[in-house]
Amino acid sequence: MRSDRTRLALVVVLAAILLLGPVAPRWTLFLLTVAIAKGFVALGLMLFLRCGLVSFGQALYYCVGAYAAGMLGRLYGMSDIFTLMLAGMCASALLAFVLGFLLARYRGIFFGLLSLALSMILYGLLVKTEALGSTDGFNVLPSTIFGWRPADEWVRYAVLASAALVAFLAALAVHRYLGTPLGRLAPALKDNEIRVEYMGASARQAIHVKYVIAGALAGIGGALAATTVGHIDPEMGYWTTSGEFIFITILAGTGNVLAPFLGALIFGIIQSVAFDVSPNTWQMVLGGALLVVIVFLPNGLWSLFARRKAA
Amino acid sequence: MEQLAAVLIDGIIYSAWLFVAAVGLTLIYGVMKIVNVTHGSFYALGAYAAASITGWALRSGMPEGLSYAVLLGAALLVALVVAPLIERGILRFMYAKDEVVILLITYALFLVLEDVIKLIWGVSPLFIAEPYGLLGSFDVLDLTYPYYNLILVGVAVVSGAGLAWLLGYTRTGKLLVAVIHDTEVSRAMGINVERMYLVTFTFGSLLAAIGGAFTAPTVSVVPGLGIEVIVLSFAVVVIGGLGSLPGAALGALIVGLVRSATVHYLPQAELFVIYFVMAMVLAFRPRGLFSLAEARKI
Repeated sequence: MRSDRTRLALVVVLAAILLLGPVAPRWTLFLLTVAIAKGFVALGLMLFLRCGLVSFGQALYYCVGAYAAGMLGRLYGMSDIFTLMLAGMCASALLAFVLGFLLARYRGIFFGLLSLALSMILYGLLVKTEALGSTDGFNVLPSTIFGWRPADEWVRYAVLASAALVAFLAALAVHRYLGTPLGRLAPALKDNEIRVEYMGASARQAIHVKYVIAGALAGIGGALAATTVGHIDPEMGYWTTSGEFIFITILAGTGNVLAPFLGALIFGIIQSVAFDVSPNTWQMVLGGALLVVIVFLPNGLWSLFARRKAA
Repeated sequence: MEQLAAVLIDGIIYSAWLFVAAVGLTLIYGVMKIVNVTHGSFYALGAYAAASITGWALRSGMPEGLSYAVLLGAALLVALVVAPLIERGILRFMYAKDEVVILLITYALFLVLEDVIKLIWGVSPLFIAEPYGLLGSFDVLDLTYPYYNLILVGVAVVSGAGLAWLLGYTRTGKLLVAVIHDTEVSRAMGINVERMYLVTFTFGSLLAAIGGAFTAPTVSVVPGLGIEVIVLSFAVVVIGGLGSLPGAALGALIVGLVRSATVHYLPQAELFVIYFVMAMVLAFRPRGLFSLAEARKI
C-alpha cells in the first residue's frame, strides 16, 4: 500500500521536473541538479543511518566519482552525461567494495572516524597531485547526451532531465531494496545486532552490501556534480563536504527514498538564500536547523509527512 | 645530518602544538564519551581572543613582556565563558543520546560557533606577531629557530604533566578516574557526576583555547581556523587511543615526527601520510595504540 504511494510520488516528481523544467527560471534548474547530485549521496547515507551508522567520509566516493568523470573527459574527451555517471558509479562502487571488507567490521564512532580518515587520505593525495591541478582542480568538459550537444540555453534543462531520470531509477531501485529481507534488516541492526546474528543473518555482509550501494550512489552524485558545475577540486573530498551530506541526511530523515533529495533541495535553498541575505551567518542557520531537527524531529523532516499520513 | 636535526626539531615543535590542540579532546572523550567537534571552535575562539586582546593591550601601551600572560588570559576568558554556556545550556540535555548523535550535535554547534566568530571578529585576518619575535632566536647547526617555539613545547609539557598530576594525585582527579571507569557506580557512591562533566568540558575546551591562543602569534588568524585543527586532532587522539592521555602524547609525537619527516623528504605526501597512519591504526588497533580491549556491552 505505502510502497505504491512512494512509487506514485516518484513518478509525479519526475513528471513535474520534466514538464516544468523548460519554463522554470534557469537558476532553479542548476539548483535542482546540484540538489539531485547531493541527494544521491544522501540516499546512500540514509541506508547507513537506517542501521545506526554515520559516515564522516562519504565525500570520498563523491570525490572519486567526480574525478573519474573528470578524468574520462581529460584523457579521452568523453562528455556524455550517462557515460560519466556510469563511470563515477563503477569507480566508487569498486573502491567501496574493496574498502567495505574493512569498514563493515566497524560500528558507532569508529565507523565514522575510519571513513573520515579514508576520505582525508584521498584529499591529501589530490591536494598534492599537480597533474590533477592540486588544490585548484580542473575544468570538466560541457555535458553532452549520446553525442548530442544541446544548444546553450538548453544545456541546463538537458542535464537536469538526465539527472532526474537517473535519480528516479536509483530511488526506485533503493526503494525496492528497502523492501527486500536484506534491506529490512537495517532497523534490526540498529536495535540489536547480536540478535540479528542469532537469526542467522550476517551483519557484516548486510553492511558491506549497503556500503557498496551507498558508494555507487555517491559516485553517481559526484560525476553529476562534476558535469553540472563544470569544475572539480579536492574540496569535494574534504570532511566539510561529508558534513554537508550528513546534514542533508539527518535533516531529511530515513522515512522514504524521496526524503534525501528533498533534504538536498532544502539544503541548497538554505545555502543560496542565507548566503545571499547574510553571508556570515548561513552556517549558523544550518547548525541551528540541524540542532532543532536532532532534538525535536529525530526522524527528520520526513516524519512530518509520515505523521500526517498516518492521522 | 642537518636535515635530520631539522626533521627532529620541526617534528617536536609540531608535536607539541598537536598535543596541546588535541589533548582536551581525549580528556573530554575519556570522561564524557563525547567526540567533541566544538573542540575546533574553542581552538579558533582562543586564537581570535588572544589575537584581538593582546593586540589591543599592546597598542594601549602594555609592556611587550606581559603579552604571554595576556595570551593565556584570553584563552581562560573565552573557555570559562563559552564552555560552561554550551555544556549547561545544551549538551547536558543530550547525554542520554547515542554517541553518534552527540557527535552530530557538537558538529551543529561547531557550525554555529564558526559564524559566531565571524560575527564578533569579522572575516579579515588578525595578526599579532610581537610575542613571536620578542624573544629572538637560537641556532642549531645552520638552522635558526625562534625561541617562541620553546614556549609551545613548554606549554605542551606543562599541560600534559599538569593533567597527569591532576588525574593521578588530586581528589578531583581521582573522582574523575572513577567517573571514567563507571559513571553509574560513581553516581551511586555520591560523586556529583554532573559537576564533573561541567569541569571536564570546561577544562578540555580551555586546553583547546590555549592551543589556539599560543598559535595565534605564529599564523594569521582567519575564519576556518578550527576546521583543519579538528580533523588533525581526531587523527592524533585516534592514533593514541580515544580517552588515553599517554596515547594523545604518543599520537602527537607520531604525527608530528612523521609529518616533519615527509615535509623534508617527500613533501607530496605531507597530508596523506597523517591520515594514512590514522587509517592503519584504526584498521589494526581500532581502539588506538594505547587502549585495552573493552568488553562488548549488549
